[in-house]
Order: sequence, then structure tokens, then C-alpha cells
Amino acid sequence: MSSLPLEVMTGAVVGGTAILYAAVGESFTESAGVVNLGTEGSMLVGALAGYAVAAETGNPWAGALAGLVAGGLLALVHAWLVLARGANQLANGLVVLFLGLGLTSLFGADYVSVESSPFTTWDVPGLSSIPWLGEILFQHDPLTYLSFLLVPTAWWVLYRSRLGLMIRGVGERKEVLATYGHPVNLVQYGAVVVGGALAGVGGAQLSNAYANAWFENMTVGRGFVACAVVIFAARQPFKVAAGAYLFGAALALSPALQARGYGINQFALNAIPYLLIIAVLVALGRRRAAEAPEGLQQVFEISPST
Amino acid sequence: MRSRSRSRSRGIALVVALTFAAVACGSNADAGTSSGSDEAPGADSKAVGFIFVGPKDDFGYNQAAYQGSQAVGEEFPDLKVLTAENVPETDEAARVMEGMITKGAKIIFATSYGHLDAAMKVAADHPDVVVVQQGNVISGKVPSNAGTYFGTVYEPVYLAGIAAGKTTKSNKLGYVYAFPIPQTIANINAFQLGAASVNPEAQTYVVNTSSWCDPGKQADAASSLFSQGVDVITQHQDCTSTITKAAEEEGVGVVGYHADASSLAPKGWVAGSEWDWAELYTDIVKTSLDGEFTGSDYNGNYRTGLKDGTNPFVESKLGPAVPDDVEGLIETARTDIAGEGSPFKGPVVAQDGSELVPAGEVPPYDEVEEIMTVFVQGVVGQIPES
Repeated sequence: MSSLPLEVMTGAVVGGTAILYAAVGESFTESAGVVNLGTEGSMLVGALAGYAVAAETGNPWAGALAGLVAGGLLALVHAWLVLARGANQLANGLVVLFLGLGLTSLFGADYVSVESSPFTTWDVPGLSSIPWLGEILFQHDPLTYLSFLLVPTAWWVLYRSRLGLMIRGVGERKEVLATYGHPVNLVQYGAVVVGGALAGVGGAQLSNAYANAWFENMTVGRGFVACAVVIFAARQPFKVAAGAYLFGAALALSPALQARGYGINQFALNAIPYLLIIAVLVALGRRRAAEAPEGLQQVFEISPST
Repeated sequence: MRSRSRSRSRGIALVVALTFAAVACGSNADAGTSSGSDEAPGADSKAVGFIFVGPKDDFGYNQAAYQGSQAVGEEFPDLKVLTAENVPETDEAARVMEGMITKGAKIIFATSYGHLDAAMKVAADHPDVVVVQQGNVISGKVPSNAGTYFGTVYEPVYLAGIAAGKTTKSNKLGYVYAFPIPQTIANINAFQLGAASVNPEAQTYVVNTSSWCDPGKQADAASSLFSQGVDVITQHQDCTSTITKAAEEEGVGVVGYHADASSLAPKGWVAGSEWDWAELYTDIVKTSLDGEFTGSDYNGNYRTGLKDGTNPFVESKLGPAVPDDVEGLIETARTDIAGEGSPFKGPVVAQDGSELVPAGEVPPYDEVEEIMTVFVQGVVGQIPES
């Protein structure tokens, strides 16, 4: 029997990891000046591909790789329509989401009743027996451990590397970089595809480690949560991770309280994760909006420039 | 520039159209006109419509209902069976049903609890169409072309509770449910009463997920219950494999619901209950085609169970984790319920000590859901306020 705070903090990592992957991915996308509301769709195709390929091959890593590819491919559709065809980013993101939803319900039906080869929990030797910290951080599936490495890596790439400078530069004023001969289109395509690919891994983590099942629309809005987290965390990977864990903790709080017999208003509890995000958005809103890349600010303008 | 941006938007429109066609095909929004024939409702039906709230392959509630719809097709080869999955519990459901009516359906099964309002609206607009709803209750006067039907789900759940009560070592049972509706509360109470009938120490810990299928939340709920020492878990969810697999991985017992999932938990499977709608669906369709729907049992809030011998909710097989004497105990209880007894034979006492069913009384099927608004003693947890 674990204590309530320990259970909630462990649940934060368990429930937050899928969102973390998607949100770190979307940080790349938004840094390059593109919003992809189809992140939810990339998570879904990643969840199905991860589950199905793991089931067929018996190897969860092959599943994770398939999730990566599937999520990236769906994001490529978004990138092409937005960058090459000039589609409205917000509307097109939803189109891509529906595309993912439709594709996965079509091809996923056969896998609902199939058993897969899920990732299993692997306790990190030594570290997992540290009181509290061990249970919170070091008794998880391998994709969760990879996500611990992903966050600092993403931060370094985005904010300390030349590539990151280019990505952020493209997000601010791609005309300037284009003038200097930088491959701005390639960078934007890359950022969108990487975003979708990471969301796909997040989906695979959801289906093949966290929930150990595939069901139609099983992400139930986690991709949108990821997009919101990216906005309030201003695309900073460490803050993004904190936001994802905050959401995971809010999700874990409800069953943890209920299993202890506490009576709580169900609707209030369900709303808590979203209210938290809205509250943080409102609190940080003005400042963060000013920090959004210039390329992104155009996307959110009410009348689209023609 | 202008012509280019136009061709762009045409391209987008095409993608949007294709996508929506792929996602939402079949949910035609055209409103049908009622033919207003003098015939009995449903009698001249060319098709039968079924709407489901979830996907037909959910390894659970919707899959069972879908299989029932296919059984209708096999029994009546001349009838077209129309099905629509993922129909939300909103006005959208009415539009989908209207679409089915324009395609010749005069018998419609709305198979989710929350489809009732839409079903009643469609029934009122189309007096010549039989609209039956699965699991909810029509309060007040029932229109001559409508009705609700359901099995007494709590009977096999009570029997499974006996198996759970005998199997648990910690005397802590877990129940993951979606929403505190009477049907679910009756199930939870029956489970607890069944367990307590053979093991007075047994208690049932409850967690709700506020969703019929959110595998992530189910995983959280299961892990919270396990951390409280629960060693036999069950659920009232539409999709069931996450919790079943989580229990097997945790090395605890699991009681199934909606479908036989014993293959997912070869070691931990305890007992369960599952749907077999074929007989009831077929009989409702037959009654309607014969022009005898109005005034029949189905033209009301029809509930059937062990007493009638036709409960569409049947027991799954027992698992390896169950002690030997359980089969006999269940046999005795089953005979008792089929005769004079009931899972809710009084005295049934609520958590707060008040008496729900007086000693010796057996509530009739159609009153059970009205009584089951609170948890019984032995259930740990509270019904969320709303």
C-alpha cells in the first residue's frame, strides 16, 4: 500500500509520458512556426501501428519504431498541405486528426481482440530501490526511461545547437533565413515530421506499455492536451515535461482518492486536468503569447493573410 | 495569385470531404418523412437498424450488441441489417436513426443507455417505426411504438461475486465503473452482496472513470485499486482488455464483464458474465414483423432474467483461481434466484444503514433500478455527486 502523494507522483509519470512525447515533438513543430493540431491523430496512428506491429512481430521495439514512422508520416501530410499547399494550419490540423481517426478505426478493428507483445516494467537496478524516487522514476517501461533522455536532448538541440537556432530562426522570420540561402522548407518539414514521429512514439507508449490494449480513439484528447502544454510551456522541453506530468498527476489523483473511499464530485475531478491547463494558460497567457515565434503569431491572426 | 489560392482551397476542400466521407459515412443527416400508414408499427419493415455508441470490435458491450444484430440478419435473410458504430449520445443519434428510416428500417435498436432521448424523439416523429432502447427506462406513459429492454445483468454479476468472495485472500475486491447510473450501481451492489453471502469480510472498493472506454484511465484505476490491496478486480466498462491484462500482470484475480476474456488472463480468471443477445433481438424483430409489437411485453420497460429462463446476460466459465466449492455455491444461488430468490432479497442495507429492501422481500425486476440509487454496506467508496 503506497501513500497518496507517492501514488499520485508515480501516476504522473505513468500517465504523463505519452503526453510528454507528443508535447516535446510539438515543441519542435511550433518552434519552426507550424502548429499541428493533428498531433492527436499522430498519437492514434502511432498507438495502432505500435500495437499491431508488436503483435505481428512479437517485438515491442519494432512496434515503437512503427509508431514513430506512422506518426511521422501522418505529420508529413500536414506539413505538405500546410507548407506546399498553403492550407490553414489550424483547420488542416483537424483534418489530419480526422484522417488519423478514420484510418485507425478502419485498420484497427482487427487488432482490438488481438494480444500484443507489450513493453514490460523493468526496474532499474539499484535506483529502483531508492525510497520514493525509485518508485516514481525507476519502475517503468523502457519507453518511459527513453523519455527521460529525450527531454534534455530536445532542450539541447532546440536551444544549444546550431540546428536548433536554425529551427527557431525559421519560426521567427523564415524569409530572412531563406534570403541567406538556408533550406527553410526542409527545416520546417523536418520539424513537423519529428513532431509527429514523437507523438507516434507517445501513442505506442500508450497502447503498448501504459494501457496494453488498442481501441479506437483510445487517446481521448491526449494529443490536444499535448498541444496546450506546449503553448503554456512556451516550447521549453523541461517545462513541457513538467506540464505533461502535471496533467498525469491530475489524472492519477481521481482514482487514487476514490480507491481510498473519498467522496468527490466526479465532474469536478474530471475537469481538474483541463482547468489546470486553462488556469496556467490564463496566468501565463499574455507573456507567452508575446514569446511565440513570429511565424506562429501569423497563424493565430483572426483574418488569415491571403 | 488569386487563381492559385483558389486551387489551393479546392484541394483542401477535397481532402476535407474525403476525410469526412471516410470517417462519417453512413450517418446521413437527411430527415425522413413518416409514411403514416395504418399498419402496426414495424410490421412492413424492409430493414432493421442498430446504432452503437462505440466500435463494433470493442471486445465488450458494443461487440456483443453487434453480434446480436448479425444474428437477426441470419434469422431474417430478407431483412437488411443496417448498423452504425460510434453514434454519440446526442441529437446526432436521432439523425442517424432518421437516416436508417429513409433506407426502409421500421424497427430500430438504440443500444446505448444514453440513446434514450434521441430514440424517444424518433419514436414520436415516426409512429409507424418501432424504436426500442437497450438498458434505459422510459418513465411515464410508454408510446405504442417504443420500449426498452435489458437483461438482469446483476444476476450473473451476483453469482460472479460469490466466486470473487471465495477467491479473495485480502477480502478486498475492486470495481472499476464508468458512470453511477442505476444499472451500474445495481451491479456493484450485487457483486458485493454475492461476495458477502459467502464471505462476510469481503468489501468492494470502487473507482469510476467517467468514460465508457478510456484505456489510460482504466490502467490508472486498476493500479490505484491494486495499491489498496485489492486482489480480485472487476469492471463495468465498454472496452475491457486493459483491466483484464493489468490484473493478470499484477498476479491478481479478475472477474470479466460483457465478454469471455479468460484467454487474456489464463492464470487470474475467476468468473464473469457476457451477453448473448441473439434470442431477444430476434424475438423483438419477429414480434414487430407480426404486427404485434403494440401491447406486447416489449412495448414497455422489458426486463428478463433467470426467473424467465431467458436472461441474455449469461455466466462465463469459471477460472482456475476459483476454489472447488464455488461451483456448488453458485449452483445453489442460481436455483434460488430462478425460483423465489433474488440478489436483492431483503434485508438489503445501504451504506448509511438505511434499509433498501425490507427483510424477506424480493423486489420485482422492473423495480430494482429504482431502488438502486445508493451503494450497499460493504462497498467502500462514494457515489460522486453530480
